[in-house]
Formats: sequence, C-alpha cells, structure tokens
Amino acid sequence: MIEVANISKKFGDRQVLSEVSMYLETGKVNMVIGQSGAGKSVFLKCLVGLLQTDLGEIHYDRRNFTEMNYQQKKELRQEIGMLFQGAALFDSLTVEQNVVFPLELFAKMSKSERLDRANFCLQRVNLINANNLYPDEISGGMKKRVAIARAIAMNPKYLFCDEPNSGLDPQTSIVIDNLIKEITQEFNMTTVVISHDMNSVMEISDNIFFIYSGQKWWEGNKQDLLTTDNKELCDFVYASSFMKEFKKSQNR
Amino acid sequence: MPIFGKNAVMFKIFKQFGEYFFMLRKTFTRPQKMKIFFRRFFDEVEAIGLDSLAIVAILSVFMGAVILIQSAYNFSNPLIPAYAEGVATRDSMLLEFSPTIISLILVGKVGSSIASELGTMRVTEQIDALEIMGVDPMNYLVLPKIVAGVFIIPFLIVISMFLGVYGGYLASLLTGAISPGRYIYGIQYDFVPYYIFYALVKSAVFAFILTSVSSFHGYHAQGGALEVGKSSTKAVVYSTIAIIFFNLVLTKLLLN
Repeated sequence: MIEVANISKKFGDRQVLSEVSMYLETGKVNMVIGQSGAGKSVFLKCLVGLLQTDLGEIHYDRRNFTEMNYQQKKELRQEIGMLFQGAALFDSLTVEQNVVFPLELFAKMSKSERLDRANFCLQRVNLINANNLYPDEISGGMKKRVAIARAIAMNPKYLFCDEPNSGLDPQTSIVIDNLIKEITQEFNMTTVVISHDMNSVMEISDNIFFIYSGQKWWEGNKQDLLTTDNKELCDFVYASSFMKEFKKSQNR
Repeated sequence: MPIFGKNAVMFKIFKQFGEYFFMLRKTFTRPQKMKIFFRRFFDEVEAIGLDSLAIVAILSVFMGAVILIQSAYNFSNPLIPAYAEGVATRDSMLLEFSPTIISLILVGKVGSSIASELGTMRVTEQIDALEIMGVDPMNYLVLPKIVAGVFIIPFLIVISMFLGVYGGYLASLLTGAISPGRYIYGIQYDFVPYYIFYALVKSAVFAFILTSVSSFHGYHAQGGALEVGKSSTKAVVYSTIAIIFFNLVLTKLLLN
C-alpha cells in the first residue's frame, strides 16, 4: 500500500501539484486520471522519486520514502517495476537481455535461473520467439509487453504505469490493460496507472483518482464515476460523443 | 530572486561547472557489479578505440606526409641541415599533431556519438528506467566511457605517431621531396624519449575531457530530437575549447 500525504510540487512560479493526498491499495489497480497538463506525470515522477517533492510525504508500506537517503531509495526501488509511456527499452539489448537486465544486477541467481525467470516473464506477457529481437525490430504493443515483463522480472511489490496505452490500437490497448489487471491480482501488487483513456478506466480500474489543475479533485470507483455530478470530472469523462451516448443509455 | 545580465551568464557558467563536478563525483563510485562494469568497459573500448582506428590511421599518414612536404618546401636554405625535415616531421607528430589534432578529431567522432547516445537515452526515458530499477545511471553509463577513453585513446595516439612518421617516409619515397635515407636519418637524430611521455600525458587528459564533457552534455539533454542534436553540438564545442585550453596549460607545465 502507498500513502501519499499532501504532496506539492512547484516548477519556478508554477504550482504543478498542490497538497495531493491518496491511499493506493495493494492488489488493486489505482488509476490516476486527468487532462493533459493536469499534473499526472509529475505526480507519478514524485511518487517514484524521479522528482523531489517540495512538501508532503510518501509512505511505501509505512516506510517514509521522502525521508530516505539515496542508498535507501535505491534499495526500495528494487521493489518497484515501472512501465514507461514509450516503453523505455534499452536499444542496445535484445528483448531477452532487457528482461534479464535487472536480474543480472540485483538478483542472486545463476545464469540459467535468470534466463528461466526472463522466459517465464516473457511467456506471462504472451511473448514467445521474440527473445533475440532488438527493440527496433518489434511493434509498439510488443515493446509495451517487453516493458511489462522487465517490470515484473524482479517480482516487484509496486507497479507504476505511465499511460500504458498511448500509441496503441484499441485491440492491443485492451490486451495491455488486461495484462496489467491480471498481473496486479496474480502478484498482489500495488499498481498505479496514469491514464486519460476512458476505455482503460472502465475496463480495469478499482480505484479512480481525478487530478485537476494539480489538485486531487475527486476519488471513487467505476460506479461512482457514472453517477458523479462533479462538473470538472463530467467534462473530462464525457468529452467524447461515445461516452455521452454511453451516459444517455445509462440514464435511460 | 531573478538574476540578469552579466551576473546571469556567470551564474550559468558556475552552475554548469558545479553540475559537471557533481556528475564526476557520482560517476566515480564503485560499480554495482564489476563483471557488468568490465563488459561495458570492453564494449566502450571497441566503440571509442577500435572503431576509430581507421580514421586515425588515414589522418595520421596524410598528416605526416604533408608535414614532410611542407618542411622540405620551407627548408630550402643550404644552412639548414639535410636531416631537418625528418626531425621536424617526427617532433611535430609527437608533440602536437598526434596528441592534440587526433584528440580534436576524436571529439568530433567519439564525443558527438557519446552525447547523442546518452541524450537519446535521456529523452526516451531509458535513463529514468535505470534509476527506477535502482541503478546509478551515471556510474553505470558514464564511468565505463571515461575509463575506456583514458585507457584506449593513448594507444591510438601512439599508433598515430608511428603512422604519421611512416607517412613522412612514404611522402619522401613517392614525391622525392627529400631522399628516404635523409628522412630516416632525420627521424633518428637527437630523439628525446620524454616527448612520448609528454604526448601520452596530454592524450590521457584530453581523453578524460572529451569523454566526460560529452557525457555531461548528453546526460543533461532535455526535450526531443532537436535538443539531442544541440547537446551533441555543445559536447563538441566545449570539449574542443577545453582541450585547446589544457593543451596550453600542459605544454607550459611539461615542456618548461
């Protein structure tokens, strides 16, 4: 479980996050939604320590991340898996080497055990016969799957996904969404997904947090989302005509 | 409080220096796994050293040849001893052309490649991915480049010296600017072994500058493809300026 208490972040004079608090549950997909520029990615970067918060605290299972020194943060990060928006695979390594990479650095395993674990992770994301391909030889959806395999290789307690569906077709998006959901439940992870894709939200979210102008504007679940009268949230959720029709049909 | 004018420029310069030394401090720590460090070190030796061998060889042979022809052209005075062209070619190659000019050429080839590689890794979030995994990206990415550069570039410079002097011999043979025998006598005349030491010290320092300055600019690239290109240009410009400055300092220190 991750507890976020009143975190704030400023870039120059611009307040990007303002006293955001959240309780991110274990074994659930915690979805953070909001418009582009609302502060979602900054929030995620603060959560994993890529950006320093100005105020507030972040606790990973009651361990205060904000008070940790560099070494302690490095150790905690071995419990974190992250799926980046562009997958962030290492160009010079093959698919298999990308997944083996964290194991080679941190896991006390023999070479064959590392390869077994990498193959298990690749099979888990339904990637077979791609071990020796390089990232520029595979599709966007495959890259995301390799990134998920790499993220779960170390058996992390926490999984962070930054817009996992960006740049993917609807079918592949659903595959990636389902994979995130399944893995979260299977490995009992605390998963945080940043997204503005309403299909994903309706598909896999357990808890939903809406960030608006750098503040946590609303929180709830899928059912709450359909019945909310929060104006800013409704403007965001029902921006597309598809969702408008969906709401109309729900009201009927 | 905002800083304007001349102060802003000074502030920016000091900030850059501070960040550069901060990077070096974080880079020179014990690698997480020595086995992985050595693997990356040998990869870098190949990228920085072996892949540059051809260009170094071609440039050195032609530089040596040109120095000899120009020396022969200028030393037409009968008061100048017959072996002077050989001495001039040897000493020019050893003292300046091999360590300095080859290092400047390597800034263009190796420095820009290091900056683009790290810059691309930065903008495609690969460096963030390393950090999230608990890897120290500066130590993992930059240290093997600096160590490999300082190790292999002096070897390239020694090869360049030999090939430069050989280039002079080829020029004497093919153009008839001077007789090959006179050239051979000249390159052996009054040889100072200390010049080799001087050249090696210079090349090691220049290797450190070109790898670390290029890594610094690549590592701190922000934005997209345009910024990666800019960081690569900055890497070449600042490395060149630093090498030229340290060339002066080292020459004054070591040849006085």
